[in-house]
Amino acid sequence: MAEVETLNMIQALNSALDLFMEREERAYVLGEDVGFFGGVFRVTEGLQKKYGARRVFDTPLAEAGIVGMALGMGLAGLVPVAEIQFADFVYPAFDQIVSELAKYRYRSGAQYTPRVVLRMPCGGGIRGGHYHSQSPEALFIHTPGLRVLMPSGPFEAKGLLLGALAGPDPVIFLEPKKLYRAIKAEVPKGWYTLPLDKAAVLRHGQDATLVAYGAMAPAALEAARLAEEEGYDIEVIDLLCLMPFDLKTLVHSVEKTGRLVVVHEAPRTCGFGAELVAAVQEKAFARLEAPPRRVTGFDTPFPYTLEDHYLPGPERILHALIETLEY
Amino acid sequence: MSEPNLPFSILNEDGSCPERYRALLNDADLLAIHDMILFSRHFDRRMMMLQRQGRLGFYMTSTGEESTMIGATFCLKPDDPIFLSYREIGCLLWRKVDLRLIMNQLIGNSRDLCKGRQMPIHFCFREWGFPSVSSPVGTQLPHACGYAYAARELATGQVCLAFLGEGTASEGDFHTALNFAGVFRVPCIYLIRNNGYAISTPEAAQTAAKSLAARAAGYGMPGLQVDGNDLLALVNAMRWAVARARDGEGPTLIEAMTYRMGAHSTADDPSAYRSEEETARWAKVDNLARLEHHVRWRGLYDEARKQEALARHEETVRALIADSECWPPPPLDSLFEDVFEHANAHLLEQREEYLRFLAWKARRRAGEMAEAARG
Repeated sequence: MAEVETLNMIQALNSALDLFMEREERAYVLGEDVGFFGGVFRVTEGLQKKYGARRVFDTPLAEAGIVGMALGMGLAGLVPVAEIQFADFVYPAFDQIVSELAKYRYRSGAQYTPRVVLRMPCGGGIRGGHYHSQSPEALFIHTPGLRVLMPSGPFEAKGLLLGALAGPDPVIFLEPKKLYRAIKAEVPKGWYTLPLDKAAVLRHGQDATLVAYGAMAPAALEAARLAEEEGYDIEVIDLLCLMPFDLKTLVHSVEKTGRLVVVHEAPRTCGFGAELVAAVQEKAFARLEAPPRRVTGFDTPFPYTLEDHYLPGPERILHALIETLEY
Repeated sequence: MSEPNLPFSILNEDGSCPERYRALLNDADLLAIHDMILFSRHFDRRMMMLQRQGRLGFYMTSTGEESTMIGATFCLKPDDPIFLSYREIGCLLWRKVDLRLIMNQLIGNSRDLCKGRQMPIHFCFREWGFPSVSSPVGTQLPHACGYAYAARELATGQVCLAFLGEGTASEGDFHTALNFAGVFRVPCIYLIRNNGYAISTPEAAQTAAKSLAARAAGYGMPGLQVDGNDLLALVNAMRWAVARARDGEGPTLIEAMTYRMGAHSTADDPSAYRSEEETARWAKVDNLARLEHHVRWRGLYDEARKQEALARHEETVRALIADSECWPPPPLDSLFEDVFEHANAHLLEQREEYLRFLAWKARRRAGEMAEAARG
């Protein structure tokens, strides 16, 4: 049995970065306030002290510059890990991500294969208003050439981040900031990786399949517990990997349960839930006993005071589950 | 850092130059650069013809700006990366990128290193130090800064050069890249080809400032404005910037004043937005003409040599076209490769579905033909 320690998600991410920098001398960390200060959420704390200010450095305040510079470093053979302070601030770098980072391998005929990981805290639930709460995953999933990952706890965070760092492809690593300090879990002390294309079945059940990711995964588990009190047996799947996503596991589950409810924080229309529902229907149409259902944020900007109404919670998920089960 | 006292122009109207600048380029280098500009211009002319004949999808000439790109490349070491904007084929030519590979990219055939994935002119030749060109302008500028930072960390001794047009200086990436380059003091040179136009938009509509080079002060680096149609002045400025970068003194911004003598691209017609008088005025100070005056002034060149060179260049281009046109398009599988290191399940499924469609289409065609034969 590998040695374990009890960590929150921030500590788990920090441990992954530390292990990677120790193992890979070409690993560099850059971003706003990530150096001396250790990041506004402290994910990079202690790294500059340990690895020096050349390998862990603060940049000027410009997201396009952070991503563009990281990509340039990647072209030269370094392995940069860049932090975007909040996913809400990634848009100035959108051109660099969509036009450059995502396409470089393809358009160069794999003459250049830059390895760049972009970490960014995402999601709501911290009273962050429009600009510290958004979930932009669908924009990146829709961009060919990017892997998109979102962990749901400390164990998943470390394993996925190490997998991303060691891998050959550009990665958008979305960190649900609401969970940063909310959950502590046992995490192996050493190096381990989780596969970058596998979902986790958090709970086996027969009556309906509930799919969630990020901060919605614990909410979905809680909803399943509430549903159990009502006499329903719910299967809960934590997606973890959004691109590529584990369609096989979803289809396998829906073929068993015949019912599907998908949960995410992001707005509904053209959200990732639409893709999940469509993809599952294409494979398991004949087995469905109720229309697949989405529980999501609204097609509004992310609100401040009323954020608890905007964010799907266990009871709202339960309500959708029951409507689907009683269809 | 203080701005050096480098002259804007060195070549005189009659092709002469002050004696102290003559040693900037020895006779052999001068002749080689002149010959390459001649080739570049001939290549442009032939590619335009090919495009007009429908044998090339698209092209962009660099006519009028050859001294800037070839002169700048001449000042670098062969492994110094050059981040191209898009109008810089001379850089490839000077580095002796295999001409067949250039043609294969323009045509997008199965021998194209980039597997036919980009429009003509969007080159990428890693072996020769050319990262990939993209159409959104200015995105390459932060890459050059990051690459230069990495080069210093890896102690490769490389200096990066990044090209841009004066229109691109209006993009946010210009500001961001130069600010980053200044802060990190990277060995990188940003070279603006100020050719007067961004498609139809004249420089005066891009900026109210008299000089783009003056912006360098705002980024804590020296800025030089030079006559881009004067090879000697350009080489003089570039050498100064390269030496600084090599010595760890940081980045430089150079603004080369030149003129885009052709259209923006094969899809553009400049007669709609600029006068013939203006073009004629610039033709008189064209970089190739001025360089030819200079080589003749040095007594290195005459009409016979010129005719010999033109005939040689035509023969080279003719053979190239014949070679690259005989290759098929890239294989269909290449459409789904290199999105990631390994194609994921989504891509494999889409590929399988498309192959199923192609098989169905082939059967359908065969059926139609059989029916037609019977009927």
